[in-house]
Amino acid sequence: MSDTTNAAPDWTADELMTVNAARALHGSRTCFVGIGLPSAAANLARRTSQPDLVLIYESGTLGSKPTRLPLSIGDGELAATADAVVSVPEIFNYWLQAGRIDVGFLGAAQVDRYANINTTVIDRGPDRPEGRLPGAGGAPEIAASCRKVLMVLRHSRRNFVERLDFVTTVGHGSGPGDRAGLGLLGQGPVAVITDLGVLRPDPETAELVLTEIHPGVTVEQVTEATGWKLRVADSVGVTEPPTQAELAALRALKSGGDPRA
Amino acid sequence: MAEIRSLRDAVADLIHDGDTVAMEGFTHLIPFAAAHEIIRQGITDLTLVRMTPDVIYDQLIGMGVARRLVFSWGGNPGVGSLHRFRDAVENGWPRPLELDEHSHAGMANRYVAGASRLPFAVLRGYRGSDLPKRSSTIATVTCPFTGEELAAVAAVNPDVTVIHAQRADRAGNVQLWGLVGVQKEAALAADRVLVTVEEIVDELEPMPDAVVLPGWTVSAVAHVPNGAHPSYAAGYSVRDNDFYQAWDPISRDREAFLAWMREHVLEAS
Repeated sequence: MSDTTNAAPDWTADELMTVNAARALHGSRTCFVGIGLPSAAANLARRTSQPDLVLIYESGTLGSKPTRLPLSIGDGELAATADAVVSVPEIFNYWLQAGRIDVGFLGAAQVDRYANINTTVIDRGPDRPEGRLPGAGGAPEIAASCRKVLMVLRHSRRNFVERLDFVTTVGHGSGPGDRAGLGLLGQGPVAVITDLGVLRPDPETAELVLTEIHPGVTVEQVTEATGWKLRVADSVGVTEPPTQAELAALRALKSGGDPRA
Repeated sequence: MAEIRSLRDAVADLIHDGDTVAMEGFTHLIPFAAAHEIIRQGITDLTLVRMTPDVIYDQLIGMGVARRLVFSWGGNPGVGSLHRFRDAVENGWPRPLELDEHSHAGMANRYVAGASRLPFAVLRGYRGSDLPKRSSTIATVTCPFTGEELAAVAAVNPDVTVIHAQRADRAGNVQLWGLVGVQKEAALAADRVLVTVEEIVDELEPMPDAVVLPGWTVSAVAHVPNGAHPSYAAGYSVRDNDFYQAWDPISRDREAFLAWMREHVLEAS
């Protein structure tokens, strides 16, 4: 049992994505958490480097401290462990809209080069009805009102598209200045974490640029999995492999055990 | 004062063909038993309102009782799609379903306006989104004080709101706690209110952060223990996450869905 490198011997692509998404919360105090991958990342951050991270769920919980990953945003443990439980109108009006929350953490079905999101409908061609997705949920106002936005989703040409079939949630619109023009308060998406790497908006053009790849992934793999001609940073970094501690905490959260036990 | 009634009688008296019905409960306290009674009584042509349609509306839509859905997120939380909802929207099975689609913030504020008996609510919302293009209940309004352009959403005033709560007393005062969602607003926005409860008690013991709906705001209370299953009532039950996962294969297939509904709803009482 030697662990001289502090790097875990094996992990899945999803674990790599979740660990990096959790790391992206470094320095944040409060996070409005979407269900699914964002919830896994935010809970992992709270169990590793960010023990004081305040998790806020749209079901009305402020400061939830679940011991296992909730299946839904309304699992009982989220309320039972919260600092405060408020109504749904209150969470959206007094807490989110008022601009009190540092980070909004979102998933997505389709993303474009300006990190705009579609979670509403998929165009399947002229002879077929639109494919139905769940809809907006909290995302449009989370992306509008949090100080910044992180996104996590699996990387494929199906998800990273040249043109959205429907704009549910605005990331950077059609480029720089669009958010300010629309009156969106926060700075918008600052990173998109995938199972292949990390994309960040160019400070000048707001277009997503590949800035990091995960260990074992090539730049070509990422550009191949992207539905537009993805810009690549002059110097692409490689993310640190997951540590044993990160993997143990993530696996414990998923299995419902206590990672500190 | 709210009358204490059987679920069957309360549904028959309060909910009619063509009504606009809101059945609320944000993951917690979802009134499944009342929905099943609506299906058994064959009430139809409903406009269903709910922020998160969830499995409860998947069942109602699949049984063809709804002609219109007003909502903001239609998935099986943590599991995936609502297959009956998708089949109705994409293929018109068992009947076409009109949609009025919002964001959560928009829907929550529509209920607030409804409860306040105002015609609309304002919020900073929908900016840059395509959602307003498909809805006649989203517009903009200019603030008379600052000149800021804000989103305006039309009030929701259901004919009937149905909720599940932990307790009521014999005068029909209703108490709920835990995740209280948007139930207070949905109830106060409606003309008629039906509440199913886990327990009827002589006296309501105060609970932290509880919402109390005075009996004079409620039309009827029905005693239905476990009436939120597979959702839950904090203090009485836990969310049946296994059922939510099991619903996925049941609901994918029209015949499997109908067989399940026959066995567990139509032939149950």
